[in-house]
Amino acid sequence: MSSEVMSNHAAHAEEHEHHESGSNTVFGFWVYLMTDCVLFATIFATYAVLSNSFAGGPTGEELFELPFVLVETFLLLISSFTYGLAMLALNKGNKSQVLTWLVATFLLGAGFIGMEIYEFHHLIVEGAGPDRSAFLSAFFTLVGTHGLHVTLGLIWMIVLMVQVMTKGLTATNNTRLMCLSLFWHFLDVIWICVFTIVYLMGVM
Amino acid sequence: MKIGQTGGTEPGHGSLKSYIVGFILSVILTVIPFWMVMTSAFSKPVLLVSILVLAVVQIFVQLVYFLHMNRTSEEGWNLISLIFTVIIVAILVLGSLWVMFHLNHNVMMGH
Repeated sequence: MSSEVMSNHAAHAEEHEHHESGSNTVFGFWVYLMTDCVLFATIFATYAVLSNSFAGGPTGEELFELPFVLVETFLLLISSFTYGLAMLALNKGNKSQVLTWLVATFLLGAGFIGMEIYEFHHLIVEGAGPDRSAFLSAFFTLVGTHGLHVTLGLIWMIVLMVQVMTKGLTATNNTRLMCLSLFWHFLDVIWICVFTIVYLMGVM
Repeated sequence: MKIGQTGGTEPGHGSLKSYIVGFILSVILTVIPFWMVMTSAFSKPVLLVSILVLAVVQIFVQLVYFLHMNRTSEEGWNLISLIFTVIIVAILVLGSLWVMFHLNHNVMMGH
């Protein structure tokens, strides 16, 4: 009996250790996200300081289309939700469902980036590029940095989809999917600040 | 007991219900500020306070329902690092605005 307890204990310790290393990775990634928060904070502070420096150029009120931004917001919000569904499928160990929700998340995220590229192109063609005024420099830096993060998240998502397809839902892949989940939800939280401070406050 | 505890509090271990609740709350908290600004029926100070409060509420909703923030995951280190970051961010943003406002003000006075 005592040996059974011992082996049981050993098995638990091993499991715990394994769990520990995975959750340490996720926690480490969380700390990275916190430093990313500080990066965004500096860019938001810059934008806030320069948000009225129009240099005789167009203001946010003239440039921003709120219905367009609302659609962008919904694409990102729904993609955050579908990523959550992928995580639920992951907990159930359902590989094909994980992949389905990842594809849905990817398409929504790609839609968001597509709309953002369209918006940037439209602004630059209209002569409201980042070189027009300090306000527009700050705008392109802030929204562009967020967009770059989303783009990298999309590339990461493709890599993970291939990994899950070829290697399945291994412990390593689960940890990776968990990190991307934090990253993706985090970007949606940053977008709340972007649409509030840049678009809504720019128009009102 | 320890093992029982770790099961439910790992990051990424939400339930379908918590994701749906978080999603619906986020939709509501997104539509209201957009609607308030688009109708232009509110005065500027009311708008400013409302959209900022709604944004903060939505950030909390997403932290709890999507990012599963709570006091127990990673023995509270997730939350402690977040609180630390919020303090740094507040000093950074409010400090920059404060300094730059006074700088602008003083430069104007010189003219």
